[in-house]
Amino acid sequence: MISEGKTRVAMPKRHSAQRARDFEEVALGYSEEQARQEAGRCLGCKKPQCVAGCPVAIDIPGFIEKISAGDFAGAIRTIKQSNALPAICGRVCPQETQCEQVCILGKKGGAVNIGALERFAADWEAGSALEGQEASSCPTRVDAQRVAVVGSGPASLTCAGELAKLGYRVTIFESLHAPGGVLRYGIPSFRLPREVLEREIDYVRSLGVEIQTNVVVGKTLTLEDLFAEGYEAVFVGVGAGLPYFLNLPGENYSGVYTANEFLTRVNLMKAHLFPEYDTPIAIGDRVVVVGGGNVTMDSARSALRLGARSVSVVYRRSRAEMPARAEEVINAEEEGIKFRFLAAPKRILADGRGSVNAVECQEMELGELDESGRPRPRPRKGAEFILPADTVIVAIGAGPNPLLPRVTPALETETDGRLRIDPETLQTSIPGVFAGGDIANEEGTVIAAMGDGKRAARAMDAYLKSKGGRIETARDETRSTEVVTAGRKEQKS
Amino acid sequence: MYPIVRKEGLAPSVWLMEVKAPLVARQPKAGQFAIFRLNETGERFPLTIARHDARAGTITVVFQEVGKSTRQLASLEVGQAIADVVGPLGVPSEIAHFGEVACLGGGVGIAFIYPEIAALHNAGNRITSILGARSGSLLFFVEEISAVSEEVHIFTDDGSKGHRGMVTDILSELLESGRHFQRVIAAGPVPMLRAVAEVTRPYGITTIVSLDPIMVDGTGMCGACRVTVGGERKFACVDGPNFDAHQVDFEELMRRKRGFAQLERQALEQCLALERARAEGLLQDGSRRL
Repeated sequence: MISEGKTRVAMPKRHSAQRARDFEEVALGYSEEQARQEAGRCLGCKKPQCVAGCPVAIDIPGFIEKISAGDFAGAIRTIKQSNALPAICGRVCPQETQCEQVCILGKKGGAVNIGALERFAADWEAGSALEGQEASSCPTRVDAQRVAVVGSGPASLTCAGELAKLGYRVTIFESLHAPGGVLRYGIPSFRLPREVLEREIDYVRSLGVEIQTNVVVGKTLTLEDLFAEGYEAVFVGVGAGLPYFLNLPGENYSGVYTANEFLTRVNLMKAHLFPEYDTPIAIGDRVVVVGGGNVTMDSARSALRLGARSVSVVYRRSRAEMPARAEEVINAEEEGIKFRFLAAPKRILADGRGSVNAVECQEMELGELDESGRPRPRPRKGAEFILPADTVIVAIGAGPNPLLPRVTPALETETDGRLRIDPETLQTSIPGVFAGGDIANEEGTVIAAMGDGKRAARAMDAYLKSKGGRIETARDETRSTEVVTAGRKEQKS
Repeated sequence: MYPIVRKEGLAPSVWLMEVKAPLVARQPKAGQFAIFRLNETGERFPLTIARHDARAGTITVVFQEVGKSTRQLASLEVGQAIADVVGPLGVPSEIAHFGEVACLGGGVGIAFIYPEIAALHNAGNRITSILGARSGSLLFFVEEISAVSEEVHIFTDDGSKGHRGMVTDILSELLESGRHFQRVIAAGPVPMLRAVAEVTRPYGITTIVSLDPIMVDGTGMCGACRVTVGGERKFACVDGPNFDAHQVDFEELMRRKRGFAQLERQALEQCLALERARAEGLLQDGSRRL
């Protein structure tokens, strides 16, 4: 390592030739030595900008100082006071636009690699005997008020964990057969290994949160049912479960997937292990992925790992406007993903049997700025080209899932389908029902969703207390057997 | 886990299964379905809820062995359990007093149409049920459907039961002879549904068909089940599974249903080879792999 203290310690990662053909994690994480060296760069600012830049306000200088001193257990304890999912955040947060963007060192030698340090502390804990110790101090009380959390993505897991820490009895209802939401079906294992996900979900469980899978709230149970069953407040964190389409001819040919379908088949259903796993995926040799976000990169890199010979990303603006994390774009490039910037699909072509075989694209150029502050792409006349493709993945984003608002007329939405919420309390138009993450906000990152979950938990706590919380009330005689079972648990702890 | 409490062979390769799934069984409506995943390596696939018993907490499904998953489901016995069952999903069928309703079920589609027939009957409609199968041995629910229908017509491809021919033959005949239906509903193979749509189109009769495209999550998240209806993109899982037959792009539906045909065949062949090997006692350890 060169000139200690000056230069950011790079995160080691597997060689592109080796990693591009499997689903094992790309980034390897710091060694203890690397972590302490990087932690030593932190200036320990009195008024740390990084904490303000973190949606869940982790005491960043605090945990970094502990790493620097070799007190790794102290470091993870500090992080977990504010963040229940550190191993996930350390991997998938866009630190470069959050905490690291405002790091004073950003100007000289590079910001402290906060994400890598957070990941280090979380992974160190997993490898130590410490794990799960905190759970036994969990204060959940049998006579506490019950809270339902709908969905089990980052917003919901965070909200549930916070509420459990405050002593509420929390049940998460998840529609799929496995919890995690977008962390499960969306983010591939080479960025977020499944065992890391399991570990952090187990941690939330250890705080006293119960997770019920296979419950589609809005279908299996309505919000009314939840209140009728005794839940006194509900958090809705059902995410951006509505895929956007290009609305171009040929989009329904076989071999055209939304990123949601493609990634769900692989990440949730393990289609890459077909036929050992039953869910199939047909990938072919040539894959075209449309879009420019993180999901686009995830799709392209997954396609490569499924055995595609060539994978091209088609994006209508230039590299500078890509919403994907720079780090992931570099990873994709290293692995051999090709980029066709300033190109937009015009239509999708198929063979006689309705299977996709090419994408007709239009070359674009950048014009004046649009309302998002980015230059608006416009077609260059006469400049068209054909990209052969056996698979096309439409990865241009997703909107709020309309399932719940559709069956719950009292749940008001904005014109774009997002739930209308109070910006302070995150309460929806239904008293006692709160919402956060992509169903209510546009930010679209894991950490922003977690920030929402945390804020909502505080507002829900205030709401439940103002309702004359039963948290402090005496047991009444009519408690169900379920509570009795929970009571035994409490006596143990 | 969701235990199987009843299993009954309705016809060769057609099974009825009653599964304990209390939350799904609370109040499913006619036309809704559940998504099954048999085990840790299983795929998610939809099955129509043919009956339910809220008190017992059970739902009943009927399925035909066509691919690996349905074959594996058929191999499960009472007392064994299914890893995941989620529902009820989809929009319930429109049940109202329409007047005269013709209900067409083809093959395993008879199971899909049965709860709708019962609900329409209870809503005071006069029901003409038209049931079809490849052969008489593949028919089921005939008594149950007869009990809630004013008129029942049976068709088989080979003439082994009822009339030889297609369910659409009698529908055309009835319409040509001046019978009026306020509504026609149908469930069955896509070519049958398309044929029904063509028969009723000139008469302008509202015709509702139940579609079963490939699905994954069943909550509108993945878009695998998209169908074109009236030129618009609809998701069968959350907008359907029932759609106006005169608006459905059946050609596209058939193509999309075949999208994974080759891989599905591969999975089935491997499953069959495994069964054969087991039968021959080659795999005494019960291992899944060959």
